[in-house]
Amino acid sequence: MQDILSVSNLSKTYASGFSALKNINLAIRQGEIFALLGPNGAGKTTLISIICGIVNPSSGTVLVDGHDIIRDYRAARSLIGLVPQELTTDAFETVWSTVSFSRGLFGKPANPAHIEKVLKALSLWDKKDNKIMTLSGGMKRRVMIAKALSHEPQILFLDEPTAGVDVTLRRDMWELVRGLRSTGVTIILTTHYIDEAEEMADRIGVIIKGEIILVEGKTELMHKLGKKQLVLQLPHALTLVPAALSAHDLQLSKDGCELTYTYDAQGERIGIAALLKDLGDAGIQFKDLHTTQSSLEDIFVNLVEGKP
Amino acid sequence: MNLHAVRAIYGFEMARTGRTLMQSVISPVISTSLYFVVFGAAIGSRIPQVGGISYGAFIVPGLIMLSLLTQSISNASFAVFFPKFTGTIYELLSAPISYSEIVFSYVGAAATKSIVLGLIILATAGLFVPLHIEHPFWMMLFLVLTSVTFSLVGFIIGIWADGFERLQVVPLLIITPLTFLGGSFYSIDMLPLFWQTVALFNPVVYLVSGFRWSFYGLADVGVGVSLAMTVAFLAISLAIVAWIFRTGYRLKV
Repeated sequence: MQDILSVSNLSKTYASGFSALKNINLAIRQGEIFALLGPNGAGKTTLISIICGIVNPSSGTVLVDGHDIIRDYRAARSLIGLVPQELTTDAFETVWSTVSFSRGLFGKPANPAHIEKVLKALSLWDKKDNKIMTLSGGMKRRVMIAKALSHEPQILFLDEPTAGVDVTLRRDMWELVRGLRSTGVTIILTTHYIDEAEEMADRIGVIIKGEIILVEGKTELMHKLGKKQLVLQLPHALTLVPAALSAHDLQLSKDGCELTYTYDAQGERIGIAALLKDLGDAGIQFKDLHTTQSSLEDIFVNLVEGKP
Repeated sequence: MNLHAVRAIYGFEMARTGRTLMQSVISPVISTSLYFVVFGAAIGSRIPQVGGISYGAFIVPGLIMLSLLTQSISNASFAVFFPKFTGTIYELLSAPISYSEIVFSYVGAAATKSIVLGLIILATAGLFVPLHIEHPFWMMLFLVLTSVTFSLVGFIIGIWADGFERLQVVPLLIITPLTFLGGSFYSIDMLPLFWQTVALFNPVVYLVSGFRWSFYGLADVGVGVSLAMTVAFLAISLAIVAWIFRTGYRLKV
């Protein structure tokens, strides 16, 4: 897949001396959903703000579909739609006028049919003549998405798109994002909700203290860094893991009723068959067993905390 | 040129005037009418003619200039400050629009509103005093140049201001006093000699003088000097705006 966004050696140091981004290199593929994860203050919003032209970079280059964001800013910016984190709207404007304004601002001629389509897709059509100040927080969030989509962007940045919205709206937005991707729009989202990235993203980038520490396909990431565990429930409590099973790196629960075996699901030998055989040989029976797999959230937390 | 963006911003700003008609148009018209009642009719009737013109008619250019200056600054500064205040400035900064297009749109809208307001005040004045415009072309030229220049000043103030108080400081504490002391209500040759010299340091004197000359052929300073000073203020304002955008002052970090 062709790269639609290319970030090279991008750094940002604010006047205060705070280094928000350190030599970022990142390529986003056309048509993908890319989730940028990171704790608060990691540099996610700064990175997006530089790409969109809101913050000046200290060094480095950003190309949007081959257009430099500084030298060829018109072409670069016209391809981008941005939904910022904060709910910033023109409170006294109507939904229709503010979305139409955004389309004009991004250099597109008036197209009431397109605005109507966007508003209907976001369930805002019946609110089109309402002033924004009369809308709920969730509706205002939709208005901001409608503004970002008004000029038919090729790349959509969603900075914490579902922060503070209810579950139904989150699900609606996920559907909307998937629908946009199906039309070829590239979506880059930052989120605190790891399940959101797990649910939607094709690839995941993790940024910590201004540095991208990892970019992986979601599936590969979960295979590579995810752990799988086999939990055996015992009919009779053990006080110690028998010596005959010491080769299997088992953990015994506090009450002695569960044995947990952690293994690499992608490994050539996962060792379950040998474990079960050794259990039988040691005369240890089990009444039930189940497996668990680490979530993206577990992986993310481990990465942030620097755990292996 | 991103004409659609220019049109969008210009249209947005003009529509805002429609929503704030009371503040933008009716309020200045009422204030000006009150000036005519107080200075023109009540006090003016006791003041002899100035340069062969009745006092009521004499103050018309100054009154228009007073409204033009304050409204140009107010319109442009608020138009720029409000998106900064609400945070919607992100959209402007991320749009494919050049700095000159941004200035052209906002200043164009603010200046348009001021010019329309100036003409409305002129028409209102016509209800109180007989009007005579000796040089209509020059009158329009001064009207346009002054509106554009002070809309640029307003634009600068809107970017500089970090709160509503600062937004009001320059118009209230600098522009209004300079306008009152700039010969809006008197000819500077009515001042003692020392204060006549001091008055020449007031830039508004040149604006009012040139504008008044276009009405009655009567000026405190030569019309060429007035025009040159007006153009100089315009150039200084443009240079400051260019610096703001080159450095991103108070807009980008």
